[in-house]
Amino acid sequence: MESHRIVEQTAREAYGRLLSYLTVHWRNPQDVEDALGDAFLSALQTWSKTGIPEKTEAWLLTIARRRLIDRARRSRVSAEALPTLLAMSGEAGHPSAPSGAELPDERLAMMLLCAHPAIEPAMRTPLMLQTVLGMDAARIASAFIVKPSTMGQRLTRVKAKIRAERLTFEPADAEEIPGRLDSVLEAVYAAYGSGWDEVAAVGSPGGSWAGGGLAEEAIELARLLLRFVPAEPEVHGVLALMLHCEARRAARRDREGNYVPLSEQDCARWDPGLIAEAERCLHAASQAGRIGRFQLMAAIQSVHAQRLRTGRTEWEAIAQLYEGLIRVQPTLGAFVSRAAAVAEAYGADRGMALLASIPSAEVANYQPYWALAGHLYKRMHRHDEAKSAYSRAIGLSAEGAVRQFLSRQLDGL
Amino acid sequence: MNYTLMFYESQADFAARKDPERQEAYLAGWTHYVHALRESGIVVFGSGLYAPETAATLKRRGGDMHVQDGPFPETKEQLGGIFVIDVPDMDAALEWAARGPVDTVEVRQNIPALK
Repeated sequence: MESHRIVEQTAREAYGRLLSYLTVHWRNPQDVEDALGDAFLSALQTWSKTGIPEKTEAWLLTIARRRLIDRARRSRVSAEALPTLLAMSGEAGHPSAPSGAELPDERLAMMLLCAHPAIEPAMRTPLMLQTVLGMDAARIASAFIVKPSTMGQRLTRVKAKIRAERLTFEPADAEEIPGRLDSVLEAVYAAYGSGWDEVAAVGSPGGSWAGGGLAEEAIELARLLLRFVPAEPEVHGVLALMLHCEARRAARRDREGNYVPLSEQDCARWDPGLIAEAERCLHAASQAGRIGRFQLMAAIQSVHAQRLRTGRTEWEAIAQLYEGLIRVQPTLGAFVSRAAAVAEAYGADRGMALLASIPSAEVANYQPYWALAGHLYKRMHRHDEAKSAYSRAIGLSAEGAVRQFLSRQLDGL
Repeated sequence: MNYTLMFYESQADFAARKDPERQEAYLAGWTHYVHALRESGIVVFGSGLYAPETAATLKRRGGDMHVQDGPFPETKEQLGGIFVIDVPDMDAALEWAARGPVDTVEVRQNIPALK
């Protein structure tokens, strides 16, 4: 039983490291995954008899490499890659003989590979979660509300594409890193849950945020990224953004489990430790003097966090930051959130005018738009329109607590 | 592509339909969901179903026909209604299923009409 536990622990900690290292050199993620699976299985069987080896990672690596070499010798297709594998296997030793050197950490290369331009954007986050964090396809599928077998097939296809098109991240492409890094950050933030920035909008809960089950994983990925590229301001920015949102997790529900929008949250329930860490990240980001969308989004959250000290929200500042964000990244979320901030700072009419300027085809199924529209119509005493907008927002919400919150707003009309 | 969303309801949900205290909240959940669905322009067909105890189930055993009261099969959650929606793919159908006011929704693609 003890060995089961060690294998599990090693699996969690080392899976991403081992998979990244082997994939970066072997370029066939599916084979590497299978070989690693064999290695973990073999560990389970062997360690219960022989005891746990001193260097578990090296042990697993040796077995996995041996499987890959066996496989390569059998198949002509990958035979050309054999010399690479043999070279990287170094001493190609006995499973019990740990390799002397520390395993190079190739997880940055793996993350960059996951965000390769040839890989469709929607699959970058799932691929990263599976390869770097070892998350299984079923859990990824649930987090993204996709049929599990479909998610499994898509992951398999993407891995086949990496092999077939020999996608890789070569160190020679070092100057490409900042551009590719942006795609990595987007994928990391997508894991966090795209609704968080809309939650900032007053009275307009983010509907696309379905529980945030992958928040911890996303933060883990951002922290990992920071170790590799500590000088990149946007990496600090994305981490600051997520930590600010995370600091409010407890305050998003009251004691009875009801949803509480940001503007009505009890700041005493925010996590000051996480806020302080987020602020340090944002400060570190500002040192580079290079603004970006994640820093802007983090700065907006930082203004909200200041309510803890000042007791009020500087909506003018938030509206201005959204203005900047729209210039960098004109997303639907940013437009709706700007309208919310402008409504708070300068009145519901001006917020409504901005909201009305968004093309209606784009917002048909966008919950935050309808929640905000309901809120603003209510403030403008246009009750029939408010009722219709709230009703639509409720119908588009996937979270029960958010539906109830909006229903209470509707009942209050 | 047409997909059928099958909404399964618990006994408590079916009871809420008739309970004066819970009826309004129960119906409101559906009203808003149906509103959002219709405004989105994807509804092909939709209907709620009366409670499972009102059902009759017909079974042929050998050559004999048996009719029994109640639903098939007897499970904790029963079909409470369906929607057929026209959306591009299963992902979009699941997204709509997640918004439904019940805890269990089965989603299946419809077989296109034979030509």
